[in-house]
Amino acid sequence: MDFSLSKKHELLRDLYVKFAKDEVQPLAAEVDETEQFPYGTVEKLARYGLLGIPVPREYGGAAADNLAYAMAVEELSKVCATTGVIVSAHTSLCTAPIMENGTPEQKEKYLTKLATGEWLGAFGLTEPGAGTDAAGQQTTAVPNGDNYILNGTKLFITNADAAHVYIIIAMTDKSKGTRGCTAFIVEKDFPGFSVGKQEKKMGIRGSATCELIMRDCVVPKANMLGKEGQGFKLAMQTLDGGRIGIAAQALGIAQGAIDITVNYVKERVQFGKRISQFQNTQFELADMQTTVDAARLLTYRAAYFKDKKQPYANHAAMAKLFASEAASDVTRRCLQLHGGYGYTREYAIERMMRDAKITEIYEGTSEVQKMVIAAHMKVN
Amino acid sequence: MKIIVCIKQVPNTNEVKLNQETGTLIRDGVPSIINPDDLAGIEAALRIKDTRDAHVTVITMGPPQADVALREALAMGCDDAYLISDRAFAGADTWATSGTLAGAINLLGYDLIITGRQAIDGDTAQVGPQIAEHLGIPVISYAEEINAEDKTITVKRQYEDRYQIIQAQYPVLITALSELNQPRYMSVGGIVDAYDTKEVKSLAYVDLEHLVARENIGLKGSPTRVKKSFTKSPKGKGELHQVSDDESVEIIIRKLKEHHIL
Repeated sequence: MDFSLSKKHELLRDLYVKFAKDEVQPLAAEVDETEQFPYGTVEKLARYGLLGIPVPREYGGAAADNLAYAMAVEELSKVCATTGVIVSAHTSLCTAPIMENGTPEQKEKYLTKLATGEWLGAFGLTEPGAGTDAAGQQTTAVPNGDNYILNGTKLFITNADAAHVYIIIAMTDKSKGTRGCTAFIVEKDFPGFSVGKQEKKMGIRGSATCELIMRDCVVPKANMLGKEGQGFKLAMQTLDGGRIGIAAQALGIAQGAIDITVNYVKERVQFGKRISQFQNTQFELADMQTTVDAARLLTYRAAYFKDKKQPYANHAAMAKLFASEAASDVTRRCLQLHGGYGYTREYAIERMMRDAKITEIYEGTSEVQKMVIAAHMKVN
Repeated sequence: MKIIVCIKQVPNTNEVKLNQETGTLIRDGVPSIINPDDLAGIEAALRIKDTRDAHVTVITMGPPQADVALREALAMGCDDAYLISDRAFAGADTWATSGTLAGAINLLGYDLIITGRQAIDGDTAQVGPQIAEHLGIPVISYAEEINAEDKTITVKRQYEDRYQIIQAQYPVLITALSELNQPRYMSVGGIVDAYDTKEVKSLAYVDLEHLVARENIGLKGSPTRVKKSFTKSPKGKGELHQVSDDESVEIIIRKLKEHHIL
């Protein structure tokens, strides 16, 4: 067993840290305040290969592994959770399912544009009536000549307005339940497709979370992803991978919070001492760093098993469960160490605490992760 | 066009600590980076490559740990990397270093050589011009703008109070200032390539002995003798006065008198 990173991964970390510090951090507060999607940052992410990290070279990707991808989301999220989730949703929820399930033609057409960042991707599973109960899909897809006609609404879709292409789950046969679900690759300018209102969120406010509306949306049959009736399975497998990204995002938020808090407590003076000199501060930070290191090990382990092409769904669920709850807990405690200043928008910790909460909810709530883990343990 | 960029791996700090007894640098525990002027040199070469047919080779003379600096250059987009490393080169001053680098450059072939102006750990600014001297080619130092054409290269050379525009034919050596450009990041794919598909090639003395005499390398080939090394004492913090022009003249004159300069 070897816990050290390879020299390649160390150099990747150097790149991510520098990019995050120079390009992402300066905009983080503004992106949150204005709820504006950071298009300029996304262009730069594309230019340096951060939108196609685990994609093979032949499709314009960087041909790196899932560990390299998780580390990228982690470092970006340390300074801006919005940027972290943009990369995560694009890579795990749109690029990966095409890479893993697409036909050669689909890969040629879509994977190349996604991996180079020419196009941004998104994923539509959640509906107004189908959140954790994802099997309750109402969106329908009816064959019509060479096309399918899609009707329905998807909700809370990350990257929605900024994306060019979407993986959409729809029912091709309602009588079969989850086995009647099929996945489609839908382009933004397909007839009948539109992006609805942008949600006003508590955190990750720059990430363009919107509805997707399909009214007699015409999707070529060639754009079916995977086989008919396999859409639910494809969506669940996609979310297994996505959980590595969200675990990495949560891990990044938590570590970022600790990093800025360590700097703060070394400067803040109360009772004639730097507050870092108080044992309460030291114990709090020691406790939090231990938790975050455990979250990192779980996250990297899940990425490692995915890279080794071994079963990783339960590892990803554990990583996501633990890291997201760590992010919420750590940001709350770090804000407490900031005192009143931490509650103001002058300090990033306030944003981080708001950003952390979503990691316990999207791509499977903490409760869903526990269902996955318990099922793997064969507890029922 | 064949471009060679010479780089140096340096400790990431301007406050280099010295071993007072030996006068050598204490490198332990200080993260290493590519010298900032040299990084600008890499970027200058890559910008030429962006717009015309050019092959960029990056070289460094240093210990095996300098491998990572060369990988970083590869990850930015350089085509080739050579680590010039041998116990025989140890203890080289700027003269022995430049002679050894010139030997390697002769071995590799070149049209254009770019070095940084100076390294932040030694600040001599000697190695670049000395390489040109060893090779018998012109040098244009302190480049703040470079415009490479097929037959000639035009360089804006910085002075404290003015600049020169100099045009030269190849081959030529240019020393780059960090202000020359904003170096690009490595790319993710570039880093993967730097470790998985490209290699850092090694050159030892045996590869260069037909080009560089043994008495001109390493400690033996180094005429420099260090009499004493010391850490510069930091300047005091400056004073900022936001006042009218007339008042500022008064303040300056008063300060100059206080220091017995006037």
